[in-house]
Amino acid sequence: MCIAIPGEVIEIRDNIGVVDFGDLKQEVRLDLVDVNVGDFVLVHVGFAIQRLSREEGLETRELFREVMAAMED
Amino acid sequence: MGIEREISEQLHALVDRPMNFMHVCGTHEASIARSGLRSVLPPMMKIVMGPGCPVCITPAGEIDAALELAADGVTIATYGDLMRVPGSQESLESCGGDVRIVQGIHKAVEIAGRVKNEVVFVSVGFETTAPTVAAAIRAEPPKNFSILSYHRLVPPAMEWLLTQGEAKLHGFILPGHVCTVSGYHEYERFPVPQVVAGFEPEEILLGFLMLAQIVRQGEVGVRNAYPKAVSRDGNVKAMALMHRVFEPCDVEWRGFPVIPASGLRLRDEFGEYDALRKFGIAIKKVTKKTACICDRVLRGIADPSDCPLFGRACTPARPIGPCMVSHEGACRIWHTYHVGGRK
Ligand code: SF4
Repeated sequence: MCIAIPGEVIEIRDNIGVVDFGDLKQEVRLDLVDVNVGDFVLVHVGFAIQRLSREEGLETRELFREVMAAMED
Repeated sequence: MGIEREISEQLHALVDRPMNFMHVCGTHEASIARSGLRSVLPPMMKIVMGPGCPVCITPAGEIDAALELAADGVTIATYGDLMRVPGSQESLESCGGDVRIVQGIHKAVEIAGRVKNEVVFVSVGFETTAPTVAAAIRAEPPKNFSILSYHRLVPPAMEWLLTQGEAKLHGFILPGHVCTVSGYHEYERFPVPQVVAGFEPEEILLGFLMLAQIVRQGEVGVRNAYPKAVSRDGNVKAMALMHRVFEPCDVEWRGFPVIPASGLRLRDEFGEYDALRKFGIAIKKVTKKTACICDRVLRGIADPSDCPLFGRACTPARPIGPCMVSHEGACRIWHTYHVGGRK
């Protein structure tokens, strides 16, 4: 139910977008987000529920380093 | 050395006392079970799944209301996971009515646009899902469309678990996709360590590590281990839409009593889309004697393998309780990934 899958918005028509999930492209409702072509979104039950921010997309490894560094302070 | 190994080693160094953590998300449980994560955890750390499966916490009385409508000839549309959830007598799958599986509410609205019959969407889900429903209702669906709003909100259930204290928890992994939409500011009022985590095994492990850290530091509050999707405020637009269309209501959860302000009902303004009001039906309280311990699994005080029926009388092919039906249910997940063996 709460499964959400990331994909890239490759086309927008009104409140419907086409999202590329890698192995499949699907129409997705965009009512809940403000996005542009090229943005990455999380998709749940056919709706984009959030835009994924690339700046904040720290890899787990980097986050782990930060967490460990904070602990040593 | 793999990142999982590295995190796991740090975790072993940190966990020097019993730490019982609960997560409230079927997707977390599936990832933990599939990757065998519990086997690399320190012996004093225990992870339980709470009421993190929207289908599982839907009480039998709510299923009965949908069955009542199906029996009256209404077309029912809902998610596949809900089809086999037992009501007091039967399930949507076995009822013989016109019941259709849809990907989301927009597909149910499309059906209503094509047929003359009344179409009712059985609408379950947490904060992740409720805004999608709000968006569809705001778009003024056809008059022959309505919903049974069985939505639930996560924070009131956490509050219940915390005040009740029966599960003896030291911290929570917060549901990543719920928080993607709702943000985590609402959880800051809980005086307990909490970490929002992603869904890859190493992301969940990192969540555990951060939780253990907060416990060791003797602190409380929320930290975010899933910043690529989750911010403190979440998807403000989606939450505003949800509050515009729905208002909180007191509602029972399967395995729990009535939890104040933990459900969502359509505001009066959208009452014509509320199937309960439209068809004049009420949710009845169902008490059924059964050996199924789903209620205790959902409250985090029993494992699926504690149930005498697990893997014997109750299997995914012949489920007895909702936790064995839904892909997000703890029993179903444990059975699929052979966790817990048989007792
Ligand atoms: S194994 Fe089946 S009967 Fe037992 S708690 Fe889980 S769903 Fe209920």
